Amino acid sequence: MKRWILIVLKVVTWALCLMPAAMLTYEAATNSLGPDPTSYLSLTTGSDALLLLLLSLTISPLRALFPRLSWLIKFRRLLGLFAFFYATVHLAVYVALYMNFDWSIFRTDITKRRFIIAGFAAWCLLLPLAATSTTWAIRKMGGKNWNRLHKLVYVAAVCAVIHYWWQVKPGVLTPMRQTIELTILLLARPLLAYLQRRKARAVAA
Amino acid sequence: MLIGKPPEFPSSAITPKKQYLDRRSFLRRTLSTAAAFGAAALGAERIGEVLSPRIRAQAGTKLETVKSQLSTTGEQLTSYQDITHYNNFYEFGVNKGDPAQNAGGLPTRPWTIKVDGLVKQPKTFDIEALLKLRPLEERVYRHRCVEAWSMVIPWVGYSLSEFIKECQPLSKAKYVQFLSYYNSKVERWTSESTIYWPYSEGLRLDEAMNPLALLTFGLYGEVLPNQDGAPVRIILPWKYGFKSAKSIVEVRFLDKQPPTTWNDMASNEYGFYSNVNPGVDHPRWSQSSERRIGLPFYAQRRPTLMYNGYGDQVASLYNGMDLKKNY
Repeated sequence: MKRWILIVLKVVTWALCLMPAAMLTYEAATNSLGPDPTSYLSLTTGSDALLLLLLSLTISPLRALFPRLSWLIKFRRLLGLFAFFYATVHLAVYVALYMNFDWSIFRTDITKRRFIIAGFAAWCLLLPLAATSTTWAIRKMGGKNWNRLHKLVYVAAVCAVIHYWWQVKPGVLTPMRQTIELTILLLARPLLAYLQRRKARAVAA
Repeated sequence: MLIGKPPEFPSSAITPKKQYLDRRSFLRRTLSTAAAFGAAALGAERIGEVLSPRIRAQAGTKLETVKSQLSTTGEQLTSYQDITHYNNFYEFGVNKGDPAQNAGGLPTRPWTIKVDGLVKQPKTFDIEALLKLRPLEERVYRHRCVEAWSMVIPWVGYSLSEFIKECQPLSKAKYVQFLSYYNSKVERWTSESTIYWPYSEGLRLDEAMNPLALLTFGLYGEVLPNQDGAPVRIILPWKYGFKSAKSIVEVRFLDKQPPTTWNDMASNEYGFYSNVNPGVDHPRWSQSSERRIGLPFYAQRRPTLMYNGYGDQVASLYNGMDLKKNY
């Protein structure tokens, strides 16, 4: 892949990832966040975070299926970090506008409200991943340990989808789409690994 | 030298040279025409709904109202735009903007309310008769959703008790049930949830007889827009909004507490009474504060009032009741 194409793709990806944040900033500044700005801020940042997390999870299966797309690996960290960025804004909206910076409310929420526990767990799991996302960290940890730690992204994604199901009203099916998407992305990994092992055995035989 | 047999199709099947050279513009024209037809088909469906006289007959009709002593004062009204574009009406989709987009097909004429159960005689009331039953009042009420947002809405209607008197319930009737319109052909978004339809709500008869309970026909001096529960609904300002059933088609008088939709879906979250109570949390969030709709994000939050501020008029209904148990 030509270097300049990669640069263009990276710039475009950065722009697309920043667009939701830019939109929110503009809407906040012009007071056009809708009838219920607090809820809108929370719901959009949450779905942006989940979308980016799911997109980052498509990269490994795509590379396994299409070896010509191996350059996609250069975008995985970018998408993952932006997922963490929106998840952090989502958490900040909760702390500022729902919790009102009141720690007694936080204590109640983190002990009594299932969906807050699931959401906070998802963010906490993403935190060490964001912290060790640098090349320096990969070198220091060693590839094997780093890979082991970063398998936590699967747990984080599952926690995020559970957080979504436990947040909506019982009976509402809105999280179903992302649940199906995540299931496919998670099942793709063992499936593709199995298919590759079979191919390797056939070649060896 | 010819090798092999010549192809076996007539020369008339060969694309003329001009068309072959123009093939790219042919493709462009075909696709854009197809796209135009597709858009027109989608648009035609919407236009059909808008223009059908059966459906849009009543939109925007003004209602003559008198002022009411029971109207709430001292609150800033929520804008008509917000009241009509931020709705929970799950038959038309589960997102807040869906009912405004999708409820155009709700047929508000002809409309009747069937009254049966423990009454002197089952009756059917036509909507036109209901509109003339009593003088229509303008009642400004706070409206508090269980999701912890609130509005202030100038409704139009008269006390539900006046309608109930016309129904002539028997003395053994202790509860009243309200059933909403349900038609799967009109309300095509019900697959977005696992809720059983039609929507059912209910009250104790003495609650329904409280003068605050409003049989509601309009807002802001006009008939209810479809997405707000046209053509007739109930408004119970001291309860969470989901108790205020929309688009009523049947009223039943019973001696037992009726099943209600949200209580069926999650009885630990949605009780039969569902009185606004800052001291009784929803299992998933606190009810001690609420977000007022239409304000900037830094100014929305305010404390929730017991009975949504209508305790003077309704608290006596619940004397001696444990409100933590009877939520």
